[in-house]
Amino acid sequence: MNNLATTAKITWCPGCPNSAILVAFRQTVAELIEAKKIKPENIVIGAGIGCHGKIADYLNLNSFTSLHGRILPALTGIKCANPQLTVISFSGDGDSFSEGLEHLLHAARRNSDLKVFLHDNQVFALTTGQVTALSPKGYKGKSTPDGSWEEPFLPLPLLLEAGATFLARTYAGDIAGTKKIMLAAIAHRGFAFVEIIQPCLIFFDTREYFKDRLCPLPADFPVQDKNAVREFLAQPDTQTPVGIFYQVVKPTYEEQLWR
Amino acid sequence: MADILTIGIGGAAGDGTKEAGAALGTLLAELGYEVFMSIANPSLIRGGHNFARLSFGAEKIWCDRDKLDVLVALNEESITLHQNELSPNAVIFADELTPAVTAARGANAVALPMAATAIAIGAPAVARNSVALGALGYLLDLDLAGLQKILQRIFQNKKPELNLKLAQTGFEFLKKTGLAPLKKIKPGQTKKEFLDGNVAFAKGLLAAGLDFYVAYPMTPATSILHFLAGEQKNRKLKVIQPENELAAINLALGVAYAGKRVAVGSATGGFTLMQEAFSFAGGAELPLVVAVAQRQAPATGVPTFSSQADLRLAIHAGHGEFPRLVIAPGDPAEAFLAGAVGLNLAWQYQTPVIVLLDKIVSEHPATSQLTADQIKIESGKIAAKTGSDYRRYEITADGLSPLAFPGTPDIVVKITSYEHGEKGITTEDPELVKAMVNKRFAKAAALATEMVQQETVKIYGDQEAETAVIFWGSTKGPVLEAAKYFDRPLKLVQIIWLEPFDVGRVSAALAKVKKIINVEGNHNAQLAALIREKTGLEVSANILKYDSRPFDPIELAQQINLLNHE
Repeated sequence: MNNLATTAKITWCPGCPNSAILVAFRQTVAELIEAKKIKPENIVIGAGIGCHGKIADYLNLNSFTSLHGRILPALTGIKCANPQLTVISFSGDGDSFSEGLEHLLHAARRNSDLKVFLHDNQVFALTTGQVTALSPKGYKGKSTPDGSWEEPFLPLPLLLEAGATFLARTYAGDIAGTKKIMLAAIAHRGFAFVEIIQPCLIFFDTREYFKDRLCPLPADFPVQDKNAVREFLAQPDTQTPVGIFYQVVKPTYEEQLWR
Repeated sequence: MADILTIGIGGAAGDGTKEAGAALGTLLAELGYEVFMSIANPSLIRGGHNFARLSFGAEKIWCDRDKLDVLVALNEESITLHQNELSPNAVIFADELTPAVTAARGANAVALPMAATAIAIGAPAVARNSVALGALGYLLDLDLAGLQKILQRIFQNKKPELNLKLAQTGFEFLKKTGLAPLKKIKPGQTKKEFLDGNVAFAKGLLAAGLDFYVAYPMTPATSILHFLAGEQKNRKLKVIQPENELAAINLALGVAYAGKRVAVGSATGGFTLMQEAFSFAGGAELPLVVAVAQRQAPATGVPTFSSQADLRLAIHAGHGEFPRLVIAPGDPAEAFLAGAVGLNLAWQYQTPVIVLLDKIVSEHPATSQLTADQIKIESGKIAAKTGSDYRRYEITADGLSPLAFPGTPDIVVKITSYEHGEKGITTEDPELVKAMVNKRFAKAAALATEMVQQETVKIYGDQEAETAVIFWGSTKGPVLEAAKYFDRPLKLVQIIWLEPFDVGRVSAALAKVKKIINVEGNHNAQLAALIREKTGLEVSANILKYDSRPFDPIELAQQINLLNHE
């Protein structure tokens, strides 16, 4: 049986929620393999550049660590070349909302059959603390000592309009909840985007901020009704609901390519 | 001197001059003539002046001639712009004999009812070119039935009845005017394909087993994308046009990782956007062919005209040091070979390959003999058996690690843009970093041994001459055509492989000559500097052209003759 760990030494900071994401993902894959839902050789992990990207070194699975911001076109190429593969991307907010935004939006638009697990720490951490396209207005980083005056993107509404067919949000600290959403995303046929809130303990510790804001989505949330989802996401920003926001079935880019 | 006739077809953008030229070129090739066609088109969709110029004869023609024997003028501007190029007794076809037509010096102007005939039979206006094609058939002294037989094949997918009817009208109209056909020149012995370098390059890729082509459109590389897109219906080939050049090359690297043979293509501007990923291909040892078509730069430059200013860009592409192959074909036949050899060597050496084209090689068709039957698909070093100890970057004597792809049971294949150990896991260990650099350069050394059996350098003309002319890429055409007008035969040396550079052959070719004349389409004489860097040899004189237009062979012959006498 595939041992999912490698010999690489884990170099994330002690207590970093990235480790929780790694645990949730290993559990997810182990469960899928055990249930014979997937063969380990048919999984390809993608990663960009940033703290999140180290995860590829810690997983004894096929992996492609791309250039900064370019993981999604690379994974589209892998899925096009071999549609049998299950292609899962880890990325960060710097990697896919600052550097590589165009690829994220186009992959969603095409409904490319990729799963994107976004480590959202709202900061460039590996480069020691600068503002990203998801940092809140007023964030004080090394490049914005007086506070950023830019508005951030809101990932879920942006991806909804771009054409993603699966949208979810989870909190890295909640390993069981993250695993549940990872399983659902992998089971989804089409472009799945999962925002994983991942406080950076060193450069942007948001644990206190999210503590009281996190809440589950309503039980009967209308995940197939785009207008309802859009309206819900447009509500005043007082809470941070987690769960599956949107899921519809549409033809994927790759199945149309090979039609 | 061999008999050569030259026909020009001019009109506004949108008048179909290029298509008319292509049909005429194919017709002439079918008849057994050697043909070369140049295309001058501004970067416009409608309006602006487009001009196709075809020179043909029995012997190989490397480059078209300025002097026109026939001018098909689809608008008046075609006459005002080209009247100084008319040979004595040239024939002009125009819809109407306007003052501009009659003013053209010494020409036989014929009011050929092209548009009127098209309208009369309900054909689209652009089909009027077929009337001219029929009239040209008469002028070339072809028999109508033979002409129609060939046109039937040329137009088989483009309303053949309509086009044949238009051609017949043109043929018969001209015959009735009593105008004598042109002096007949005999065709050659063998029929060849009439195609440009982009199509030939694409056919080379296909011959070597291309699975995917990925590109974002940019002149003059776009027709590779168009041609291959059309080929998908007949083969397993897939063609993808993603959001930009960055996506194109990174997508291609994913395809290569998954085990499929892939190429990307762009103009030099688009290629500069791909630099980081080109370096990634080198470091991660992903096989990839990149077609890089030069056009006049810097920046957006002169988009639809030619240049050879990116030799250095190609051989130094990407940050860091890693092996790569750069082949610069000089005509469609060499472009075919570069596509086929390039794709095979990319896989054999697990490294990126550039095929450096330019507007002239890319878009100017010539009769060519492709060597498809000589191409075998080389898969490279595929892992014979794999187990859990598989290492994608296993260090071996020749630097080549056995290839395996995701989806293979019991193994993992790890690729990364970071420096890595044998299993593809990130490393910063200095010994391992150095070992991986050495491993990649062991491949470079192995790749260099390929040069013996490849056409890295070609020598034409008098091998014993004391003066040598050196050139690369599309400058081959005007130089070989100019050679027909040299006072005395010279040694002509074409450099095809720019990296690795065949120091042995180039040195041997130039060591004994007393004078080296370098001909290039750029300002800085980049080839001359490369030769000095690699061989220590200095060129005696440079003939450089950087006005974005091709060399004229007659003018070039005069310049070379002068330099040779100095």
